[in-house]
Amino acid sequence: MKRKLEISELIFKIISYTLLTMFALCCLYPFVYAVSASISGRSAVEYGSVVLFPKDLQFEAFARMFKNNMFWNAYSNTLFLTLYGTLWSMFTAILGAYALSKRRLLFRKFFNFFLVFTMWFSAGIVPQYLNYLATRDVFTAVGIKDDKWLVVIAMGMAAMNIILLRNAFEGVPSEIEEAAIVDGATEMQVLSTVYIPMSKSTIATVALFFAISRWNGYFWARQMISNSSEQPLQVFIRLQLEQYTDPETIAGWNEVFASDSMIYALIVCSIVPILVIYPFIQKYFAKGTNVGGVKE
Amino acid sequence: MKVRAADFLEFDKEAKVYRISPEQAVRDDVEKHYWRHVGTTILKDWRLYLMLVPMILVFLFWRYFPMYELLGCFKVSNDVIPVSQQLFSGFSYFKRLLVGGDQLSTDFWRAMRNTFILSFYGLCFGFPIPIILALFFNEIRSNAARSVYQVLTYLPKFMSTVVMTSLVTMLVKQGSLTTGMGIVSQALSGLGLLSGEVANAGLLNNPSFFRAIYQISGIWEGAGYDSIVFFAAIIAISPTSYEAAQIDGADKMAQMRYVVLPSILSTIVIMLITRIGSLLNIGYEKVLLLYNTNTYVTADVVSTFANRQGMGANGAGTGIAAAAEMMNNVIGMLLVIGANTIARKASNTSLY
Repeated sequence: MKRKLEISELIFKIISYTLLTMFALCCLYPFVYAVSASISGRSAVEYGSVVLFPKDLQFEAFARMFKNNMFWNAYSNTLFLTLYGTLWSMFTAILGAYALSKRRLLFRKFFNFFLVFTMWFSAGIVPQYLNYLATRDVFTAVGIKDDKWLVVIAMGMAAMNIILLRNAFEGVPSEIEEAAIVDGATEMQVLSTVYIPMSKSTIATVALFFAISRWNGYFWARQMISNSSEQPLQVFIRLQLEQYTDPETIAGWNEVFASDSMIYALIVCSIVPILVIYPFIQKYFAKGTNVGGVKE
Repeated sequence: MKVRAADFLEFDKEAKVYRISPEQAVRDDVEKHYWRHVGTTILKDWRLYLMLVPMILVFLFWRYFPMYELLGCFKVSNDVIPVSQQLFSGFSYFKRLLVGGDQLSTDFWRAMRNTFILSFYGLCFGFPIPIILALFFNEIRSNAARSVYQVLTYLPKFMSTVVMTSLVTMLVKQGSLTTGMGIVSQALSGLGLLSGEVANAGLLNNPSFFRAIYQISGIWEGAGYDSIVFFAAIIAISPTSYEAAQIDGADKMAQMRYVVLPSILSTIVIMLITRIGSLLNIGYEKVLLLYNTNTYVTADVVSTFANRQGMGANGAGTGIAAAAEMMNNVIGMLLVIGANTIARKASNTSLY
């Protein structure tokens, strides 16, 4: 009996280690390949002899890209959108979630439904597009001519994140708030000295979600930002991909590195900053799914 | 609740009649002046209500106004005049899409079918794999080794859709006279899984590979990250449950069946509801970035169809696009509400 147990245990262990290792290697391989292909010589990349390690080292593709002003410009636009977008989203989300977490709020049910309904039903991209066009006109009339601000203010709000924050605020014990009120704290002081410090990790998680969606934003930035010097990194990557996979570009290619290497170099450059901060944000990232906004 | 006379009446002994009790008089007063009461509460507590304003405005302007814009599906679309002043066209756009009999309606049905197929495959393959991964993670006793595996599998989640699709495009790209094909196509044809000709033509140009590429890239991107929530549920199981099962002679499969599965069932149900809820909410960005004119047959989904009709240069107009999205979104909403109701009835776990 005991033996049978151990054998089944062992078999399962072997299977799980094997499959996990295979899956993990599959996850990792494209990145390793991208790095290798970005620094390999032209013929090695073009004839597909780069498999895992780089061949005929060259760093011209990276050098070319770092000399491109559009690249740095796109990077700074992405940083702009991420920074201001996250600040604006957090500002609206924290204030809204705080008010929603209060039981004394009138029409609380209605406001909650107002949020949750947007998770059930979305208008779809074409009506949203028409609406953004209309609001762009309003922004222009008010004097905000920069499309960047439209993207910052209008896009990237998610009901789920507000619900996450609201649940965290509801979990703060009311005794502490009462103590603060007895000490003469105003509403804003209660929020900034009691609620925000006591739900720091959820706030970090939600800020991270907002920041990631801003950093990754592509479609609306491409649709709504008409000035090409204002477009973020993701749009730049896509345009470069379209350019460097174009048969005409490839036919007239006359460099020491392959046209593919340019794209791989760009991909590597857009992933590296995230890899650098990954160890610091990983625990918040993992935490977010566990909270999950589940309400019982 | 039973209403009794004593709750709101009081007997006046001298006049020998029943009168409305003072408590009820207060309640009546509150009811009569309900809106005044609301007003004074808000005024007294104005700071709290002011906090709601930015959020309400953002949602009103950019979540609810588009829904008003969506009503363009019932109106004759016109690029110049706003929806409110357009003429009513009734259900003509819906009719044209559903039973039009022309190319547009064929394309719409194709998009509808593709949407269902892509999301259904996503449910079949994308949903169980994170659970299996979580079970495997649980087998690794050493924390350091498990962290390494977890970090490696979460990694793709950190790419943006654009970077992910660019990588996929490059890995399966077509070969030309001077350049070879992508490394993955090369490997597949080298292993004999694909003929060299097919691989050389570019897998993303071939409609029969689009669904597979879409699902596999989805699993590559999300399976590791999606497993977190299941893994958290599995490690929450008390070790004594396993010991008890072992004493009863349960082997590994029996432990899975009788210990692990019941413990993580509620998590599975919740994740399944979320999944079904977003069934028709296919990531249009990913499709848009991966498809091309060659692969519309299998790749075109309702959002991308609407995108082409409503925002493209040769589109059939915003009214048609809005009608297509209206149908998609209404079915999507019914799915969420339906899934949620079923889950609540079946297991007392619900999401909303």
